[in-house]
Order: sequence, then structure tokens, then C-alpha cells
Amino acid sequence: MSALANRGESALPAPDGRVFSLDLWWLPRALVLGLVAFAIFGPLANLLLWTVAERWYFPNTLPLEYGFSYWAKVFSPRGVAWESLGTSILIALLTVLFALALAIPAGYALGRLKLPARSLILLVFLIPQAFPNLPVYVNIARFFYDVGLNGTIAGVVLVHVTHGLVFAVWIATAAFAAVDAELEEAARSMGAGALRAFRDVTLPLAMPGLMASGIFVFLESLDEFTGSFFVGAPDVTTLPLLLYTAGAGGNYQGASITALLLLVPSIAFMLVVERFLRADVLARIGH
Amino acid sequence: MRERLTGLLLALPAIATIALLYLMPLIASMTGAFETEAGFGLGNFVKSTELYTTDILYTLMIVSLSTLIIAGLSIAIAGYLTLGENPKAVAILRWLYRWPLFIPFIVVGQVLRTFLAKNGLMNNLLVAGGILTPLQTVSFLDWRGIVIAFVWKQTPFVTLLVAGAMASIDRGTIEAARNLGASRLRILIEIVVPQVRTTLLVGMVLSFVTMMSVLSVPLMISAQSPTMITADIAFRINAYGDYGVANALGMISLAMTMAVAIVYLRLNLKEKAK
Repeated sequence: MSALANRGESALPAPDGRVFSLDLWWLPRALVLGLVAFAIFGPLANLLLWTVAERWYFPNTLPLEYGFSYWAKVFSPRGVAWESLGTSILIALLTVLFALALAIPAGYALGRLKLPARSLILLVFLIPQAFPNLPVYVNIARFFYDVGLNGTIAGVVLVHVTHGLVFAVWIATAAFAAVDAELEEAARSMGAGALRAFRDVTLPLAMPGLMASGIFVFLESLDEFTGSFFVGAPDVTTLPLLLYTAGAGGNYQGASITALLLLVPSIAFMLVVERFLRADVLARIGH
Repeated sequence: MRERLTGLLLALPAIATIALLYLMPLIASMTGAFETEAGFGLGNFVKSTELYTTDILYTLMIVSLSTLIIAGLSIAIAGYLTLGENPKAVAILRWLYRWPLFIPFIVVGQVLRTFLAKNGLMNNLLVAGGILTPLQTVSFLDWRGIVIAFVWKQTPFVTLLVAGAMASIDRGTIEAARNLGASRLRILIEIVVPQVRTTLLVGMVLSFVTMMSVLSVPLMISAQSPTMITADIAFRINAYGDYGVANALGMISLAMTMAVAIVYLRLNLKEKAK
């Protein structure tokens, strides 16, 4: 590693006397970056190949035949993909509505108002992240079975809301805390009611953070497997459950196409997340 | 006083949801672990250890190993992002490492199941490159596959946390050590990592808990015995409707995460006492 200090050595004097800089350090750098790129994109490339592979078996390096016949099968009018996609999106939208309806008032109270036992309440919203949640899903499914919520969309939505509420409340709290309280006071002193001041001043300013928490809850719901597996299956089929069933049945093309559908929104969010979660909001999460 | 009451009322629906749909089932799983046909007792735990001791140790080994590898890789990546001197290479790495950040575990399971299989792209490329013959290829779909899946998915998350912490430490000490001729590796280990230790530990504990509760990855990559506790819990319920043993196994995984959390809190307290 001490050799890194001598990077200047590769600067060779060119014939005309000027210093011609050839950075030999690009060799190890390119090698390591190439390995990282392969570790990340290799598996993803494998997935893409499977979505268009008609025939592919050992020991052929690449598929023997390419085509879109599995896409046609998965998305045929009688195929299960459309139905699962619809179910998944419906569940995710309901989850966002429900979670934000709970998280916006709670986040406002935690971020702006004087609250007794504030840190205890914030801690309560942290517990679901601090324990493995599988035992919880198992017992929720048992409870839902008794009250007739097992195998219903409402049951799955409730499980996803509980899971998403943790992030929603923490992000909403940070978003409201980042809005200057004096702006709301100014609106109040000019005669606006409490609700009007909230709706016209505080809410729009907190909106980017709330949007981020909404998108996050949407994605968490879209991707959730364990809770849906215990509460929803086999009556409610979301995309992750469809992926699991297809994969377990050896239908790698079907599973890969479903996986690709789930992959696109996840990667899109990864690429834009910083536009929604500004640094001043991020810095307040957990305070 | 009015403000406090309004605040509580606003927060109440969210608290009630967590209490009803999270805390209640959590308590039910704790009491359920001790419910046997012969009344309250340790029967479920006896049965769990008789049937699943191997899987319990296997789970502990996989999750601990993954956590250590994740920590090592995230220090390396975040360290290069902080100390790297070539802006182009730093930018490329920053763009690269995040891709798996939001990819769901179930997709990670499917992607790596095809990639690591005996006829997966990894082995095929090694064969095509003349490094292996087709007969020498091995499937990685056992504990190694699970570890690779966990590391693949969780490293970006811990790196994001650690790189954020590293970016906010005082550059002065780094520059001073650099001027005195210290190598970048030494600066990373002796100056940078100790200052971000708390963040690194938080990331490791969060990853440990997450991996302890993932069901899809063990189900998709290696569901045959030995497997992880999560797959056993699902099996007890789907095959036997045996909530007693499932809850006892759940308690065992809770106990493991509690142990990790306690170690973390102790280290934290020691640091504060300094």
C-alpha cells in the first residue's frame, strides 16, 4: 500500500521534453472495478438472459435459442401475471394511502409538537426493525384466520401497513421537523386557522419528504414476501408469490420475467432517491 | 397542555396500529412458544433442539459470517470512496456499488439461484474462459449461496451508512497523517474506521436482524436440510400446523438477535464511559 504514495513514478518524460503522464494505476483500478461490476451486473445479466431463453441447458454457456414466447405465455390474457400485477399494485396503493393517513398526523405530532414520552413513542416505531419479524407474521396469520382476514386483500394490506409504518413515521417526523416552525406561526398570526396553516404552509414544504416515504412504502409493499406468504397465500397472489411459485415449479423463464417486473421500480427508485430525500431531511432521521 | 393532548391524539392511531398488529402478535409468539398440549412448559424448546440444533448453529454461522464479510466489504468500498485520490475511479465505484440497494430479497434469491447454479452463468463463463472444465463445476446453492445472496444485497446498505459517516469526519487529521507519510490503508484502519465505529456497528446489527428474518433466500437457494431457522418455521406451519415448535424456533432467533443487540449496547456504553 505504501507504493500508492509513489504514484508520480509513472509520469514519463516524452521525447519533446514535456511530461507525458501515463497513469499505470488504471490497471489495478480497472481490474478491481471490473470485478465489482461483474459481481453486480453478472447475476443481473443472467436474469435478463433467462427472460429471453427458449432453450438453455448444461453445459451450454449461452441459451441455444432466444425468443419471447415465455413473455407471451406470462402475459397472455389468461395468464396469471396481469392478475398478480393488478393485485400487487392495488395492495401497494392501499398500503400507501393507509400508512400515510396514519403517519402524517403522527409525524407532525412527533416532529413539531411538544409530546410526552416522545422518545419512547419513536422507540415503539423502531421495535419492528429490531426483531426478526417472521414469528410476528406467523401469529398475525393465526389471528387473521380466526377473524376471517386470512387470504383477503384487506389482511395483506394491514400486514404491509404495519411494516411500512415504521419507515413512514420516521421519515415523516424528519420531514416535518425540517420545516421552519416560524412560517406556520406567521400564517397563524395573519389570521389563518390551525388546519389552514398546516394545509397551505407546512404540508407543501414537507411534501418532498412525504413523497419519498410514500414511494418507499409502495416499494416495500410491492416487494414484500414473508407476510404475504403467510397471510395471503394461496388466495391472494402478489407478484413475489407468483415469482416464488414459478421458481419452485422449475419455470425459470416465468420466474425471471416476474423478477424483472419487480426489479425495474426498485432500480428506478435507487437512481432517483436522492432527489426526494434531501440532506437536511436525512440528517434529521432519528432525532 | 392542549398541545400535548392534540399531539397524543394525532399520534394515537399509528401507535394503536403498531400495538395491535405488531406488539400483540409478538407477545402471542412469546407465550405460544411455551404452550404445549400438556399445558405450559418447555416441551416445544426440547423438541426444537432435538430436531433443529444443526439448523440453529447453521443459521448462526451463516448470518455471522455474512455480517463479517459485509462489514469488511463496506469498509473497503466506503474507505476508497473517502480516501480515493482518483475522482474518476471514485465516481465509477460510487455509481456501481448501490445497484442492489432496493432489490427485494425474493428477486435476489431468483437472480443468484440461476447465476450460481452448476449450469449458471458464473460456471459457464469460467468454463468458457478455460479456467474450469465442465466436470469440475460445482453448484454454489448451499450455505455459500445463502451467504453470497446476503452479502450481495446488504453490502450496499451498510456501505451507504458507513460512507455517509466517513464523509462527515474531520479531514484535518487525515491530511495531517497523509503529510506525515502514512499510507492510505493505515489511515483507513487507524484513523477513519475508529471514528465511524458506531455507525458501522449499527449497520451490522440492522443487517444481522434483517438476515435473521429473511424467508425467501433460504427457501429459494437451499431449502434442503441443513437450512435456516426461517425455512424450518415455515415448514412446521405449512406441513404440520405446529405453532408451538414454530414459535419456539422464533424465540430462539429472537434470543440470538437480543444477544447481538446487547453486545452492541455494551460496546456503546463503554465508548460513552471513556
